Amino acid sequence: MTDNPKISLRDVHKSFGPKKVLQGIDLDVAPGESVAIIGGSGTGKSVTLKCILGLLDADQGSILVNGEQMVGASRSLRETVLSKTGMLFQSAALFDSMNVWENIAFGLIEGKNISRRAARDIAMERLADVGLGPEIAMLSPATLSGGMQKRVGLARAIATKPEILFFDEPTTGLDPIMGDIINDLIVKCTRDLGASAITITHDMASARKIADRIAMIYQGRIIWNGAVSEIDSADNPFLRQFVAGDIEGPLDLDLKHL
Amino acid sequence: MPIFAPVGRMFLAFFAVVGRVTVFAVKTVGHCVTPRFYFRLIFKQMCEIGYFSLPVVAMTTLFAGMVLALQSYSGFSRFSAESAVATVVVISMTRELGPVLAGLMVAGRVGAAIAAEIGTMRVTEQIDALVTLSTNPFKYLVVPRVLAGLLTLPLLVFIGDIIGVLGGYIVGVHKLDFNSGSYIKNTFEYLEVLDVVSGLVKASVFGFIITLMGCYHGYHSKGGAHGVGQATTNAVVSSSILILISNYVVTELFFTR
Ligand SMILES: Nc1ncnc2c1ncn2[C@@H]1O[C@H](COP(=O)(O)OP(=O)(O)OP(=O)(O)O)[C@@H](O)[C@H]1O
Ligand SMILES: [Mg+2]
Repeated sequence: MTDNPKISLRDVHKSFGPKKVLQGIDLDVAPGESVAIIGGSGTGKSVTLKCILGLLDADQGSILVNGEQMVGASRSLRETVLSKTGMLFQSAALFDSMNVWENIAFGLIEGKNISRRAARDIAMERLADVGLGPEIAMLSPATLSGGMQKRVGLARAIATKPEILFFDEPTTGLDPIMGDIINDLIVKCTRDLGASAITITHDMASARKIADRIAMIYQGRIIWNGAVSEIDSADNPFLRQFVAGDIEGPLDLDLKHL
Repeated sequence: MPIFAPVGRMFLAFFAVVGRVTVFAVKTVGHCVTPRFYFRLIFKQMCEIGYFSLPVVAMTTLFAGMVLALQSYSGFSRFSAESAVATVVVISMTRELGPVLAGLMVAGRVGAAIAAEIGTMRVTEQIDALVTLSTNPFKYLVVPRVLAGLLTLPLLVFIGDIIGVLGGYIVGVHKLDFNSGSYIKNTFEYLEVLDVVSGLVKASVFGFIITLMGCYHGYHSKGGAHGVGQATTNAVVSSSILILISNYVVTELFFTR
């Protein structure tokens, strides 16, 4: 990490009522770097991304994107930063009032003022990138399978070629082969286009493939953060348990009632 | 006293909601007058809110006009004042029944649809997705609907007025044996421009209320399908009540000096 980080979180806290979800997240993402966030279900991975994007307001701490403070930022500053980011939601969150290609082209037409025709051509290319044929371009997102929706969501996130990409579980719900195609696509977006990326994943194989660095979140904090190559030699007991997928170990899984 | 606490809590909650709705309304108006404008969406919503409400509004105002003629005839014949029927029909239609009936029908039809659509977009994170695609959800979702409501309801009510008067005419001429020419003459003889204009102003106010409440409840819905259902109910109930309250206020502003 030589120059200024693209994204920098310091001591970020977020609670929902009495429930403390984030309790001091620290994380840096360098330009062109791809970071994977791993961690148990419900530990606040999606919430972290939403705080960075400003969809949720962090209660405390600092979030710098491109060196700009996002906590308490003005609407116009936030819009400028958001115009350089792309996000794949865990639930895909496709607009069901539009068909598939209009979904993918939305950011191009509304955000970048590209003509509908040109945007449509780009949308068709992105659709091919995620392994979907032109025949589904006119369909309504509601008629697609979960995995297909995920891929359309991915195509929408990368359509504007953003500098910063957030992927919330891009390969969940995909078969292994398609999962690998998506991994390659994410690698292409980050390594080839030089975008910085944060990917949330539960799939260790995918994390190893797409990420330069892996951060593990547990009880509202980043408890381990290191290069992919270090992950097998790390002596953090939480990380070892998570990577191995053991039930026995130090992670408090909230399964006591079983 | 144990009864004060819950009553106080209810009052506080009530004022909190009033405050939030006011902030939402001010924000909406602010976005209505600053670019960017989505004309295509405004047009689409005008069709959705205005054009597709025509059948419902036409049916209600037609029968309202008809029953009004019948009722006022049986009432006024007691004073041998049957000739006032046409005047009563046209004045009550344009001033009151047209806007209020159309407003309530549109509240049920459009207010519910807006709350359900925006509410579903909220709980399925589509509104968040809009934000990440650098689109302001207020300008993209709320403003087109509110502007469309503001602009189309007067048109809708104007058409409803005509249909209501026509309903009165049909009953008057074919059932109550009025002379067609004198019924028409009576209709326009005492009608003032202000009668019609006040009704159209009301319609505009109702259009604002209906779409604003639909958007507000949809925008703030949470908790999945259940939350969306609740938002829909709240949108219809609150806009219906606000229509009746604002109806009184606007009437007072226009007709008491
Ligand atoms: N809008 C919200 N209101 C209240 N609580 C919320 C909200 N969003 C998230 N939470 C809570 O925050 C916690 C973390 O949620 P989050 O979605 O970040 O989990 P996650 O790490 O992404 O899990 P998963 O891997 O299952 O997607 C959860 O316990 C959830 O109940
Ligand atoms: Mg999640």
